[in-house]
Amino acid sequence: MKMSSSAWVAIAGTAALAALPFVVPPYYVGLMIPFFGYAIALLGFNLLFGYTGQLSFGHAMFLGVGAYGAAIIAGVWGIKSFEVVLLGVMIGAAIIALPIGLLCMRYIGIFFGMLTLAFGMLFHSFLFKFYHLTGGDSGMRVPRMNILGLEFTKYNKVELLAGPFYYYCLALLVIAGLVMWRIVHSPFGLHLKTIRDNARKAEYLGVHVHRFRLAAFVISAVFGAAGGAILGFRIGLADPELVYWTQSGQLVFMAVLGGFTNFFGPIVGALTYTLLQDQLQSLTEYWRFILGAILALIVIGVPEGIAGLAANIGRRFNGKTA
Amino acid sequence: MSAFANIVAGGVFHAAVLFLVAAGLQLVFGVQKIVNLACGSFYALGAYFGIIFIGYANELGVSPWLILPGLIVSGILLGFIGPPIERMLRTVYGRDESFQLLLTFALVLMFQDVFKFVWGANPRSLDSTYLIYGTISAGDFSIPVYNLLVILAAVAIAAGLGGFLKGTNYGRILRATAENRAMSEALGVDVRRIYSIVFTLGAVLGTTAGALVVPTAAASLDMAIEFVIEAFAVVVIGGLGSMRGALAGALIVGLIRALSIVYFPELEVLAIYMIVIAVLLLRPVGLFGRAVA
Repeated sequence: MKMSSSAWVAIAGTAALAALPFVVPPYYVGLMIPFFGYAIALLGFNLLFGYTGQLSFGHAMFLGVGAYGAAIIAGVWGIKSFEVVLLGVMIGAAIIALPIGLLCMRYIGIFFGMLTLAFGMLFHSFLFKFYHLTGGDSGMRVPRMNILGLEFTKYNKVELLAGPFYYYCLALLVIAGLVMWRIVHSPFGLHLKTIRDNARKAEYLGVHVHRFRLAAFVISAVFGAAGGAILGFRIGLADPELVYWTQSGQLVFMAVLGGFTNFFGPIVGALTYTLLQDQLQSLTEYWRFILGAILALIVIGVPEGIAGLAANIGRRFNGKTA
Repeated sequence: MSAFANIVAGGVFHAAVLFLVAAGLQLVFGVQKIVNLACGSFYALGAYFGIIFIGYANELGVSPWLILPGLIVSGILLGFIGPPIERMLRTVYGRDESFQLLLTFALVLMFQDVFKFVWGANPRSLDSTYLIYGTISAGDFSIPVYNLLVILAAVAIAAGLGGFLKGTNYGRILRATAENRAMSEALGVDVRRIYSIVFTLGAVLGTTAGALVVPTAAASLDMAIEFVIEAFAVVVIGGLGSMRGALAGALIVGLIRALSIVYFPELEVLAIYMIVIAVLLLRPVGLFGRAVA
């Protein structure tokens, strides 16, 4: 029952997203690109936060790895194939995440958050200060890339983003979602949940707690880099702002907004946040205040987030009819 | 040699301000177990109000000798924002620490736009008010008297805080609550009031630091989110919840920053985080922290 209802939600969501470019103006279609980027990154982030119980406050680092990786592979090395870029940044993120994870995974709770924050800011100040390598505060240009080997030369950037690249990202999100669904419903995912709920007991039962946490961290980093590459493609620039700690806070915000206890929560959160931010920014200069107030209200009143709330309502509804 | 002394003096001044903010962070974490990301926003708030105060003081022709005490008083008066914010945080006390962290992050976002709304996006600065007291020089070494006074004020506040926590009955109750909340509640301590007072005290330390720094530096929107990270580094190096740790951590961060700006400008911030990471790896509880079960 639960499986099939989740599957229906996923299929309906995908169909709605696929139909979107026919219904809404290109501006909103282009707006969905960052949503895809964040959604993929958050799927990974939530494996760490929602399923393993480790709050990383430096996860924007991996968005940065994705965006800067795209700038290096496509811009500096001139390999203008987005698939190669994706593969490259994902491998790069795994290589970077492995030692950081080895160092961080001994810690839980607030210490883990602080350590990841420190690594995130270390990365930020590296990007910021090593001007000759990273372009400093002006960042690095991410050139236009081909997707699936197709150049789409007759499209300009906006048309590319609203057309082929939109569907490309949708496909990526579906793949990422399916992979993550497999991960969290595998014995591996069950191990992670056990560790989250009671790490000591899990250890008694013979679970290698550190090793599983490390694996979750590396996987979440890989997803984060893929999301970052999409963001870089869209903006055409990789800059240090993407890695600043407030950006990491924003990722946590999206996860909580959508609901980190629910599989679809991060996707809902990324969508809501992206639309909300866009609307608020067009309404007022002081959109941060409203976002902050919304975050406060959600933390206080709806800790399960939008998806959790919807699931609760659905469950109550089903319970009454049955 | 005296160039080096100048750099060290600059570092100590920075450390003094950093200590105040970090002490607020420590106090709140020590008693309430909340990591308050908004402490940088309190700092910025103090700075903006410091500018207002000095503006009025200049208009009214207040004697320069009242500037420093006046700044401290305006920082303390800002403590009125403590209780309502604490009231808001009270809703998440029983919950996971990530929720508490997020709620203070929400505060950071809101404060950011309040500052922008009230004081605009451009940095606000006063031209060299810190020179009102003149400078002391010995050979090539010179330090503005204002900076010296701020360092002394920070030392006095540190001593006062230490005396309060160790020497007074109320301080003992605070430490007992930090140690074991349930037990002190059972013994009749009004923990709600303690939390409210502790949070306000933590906020006052932040606002006072901000007010004190403003004659030497601009008040800007970025200072809140930049400073909280430095204060974070201080408490991690010193050990979460430890006052002595805040002092040691502030000195380490302040001096390293001052030295690296001059000798290895590229490593300015990098060096701080490398020490943070080194400390967390070698001694996860920090230099003066105690292991928490």
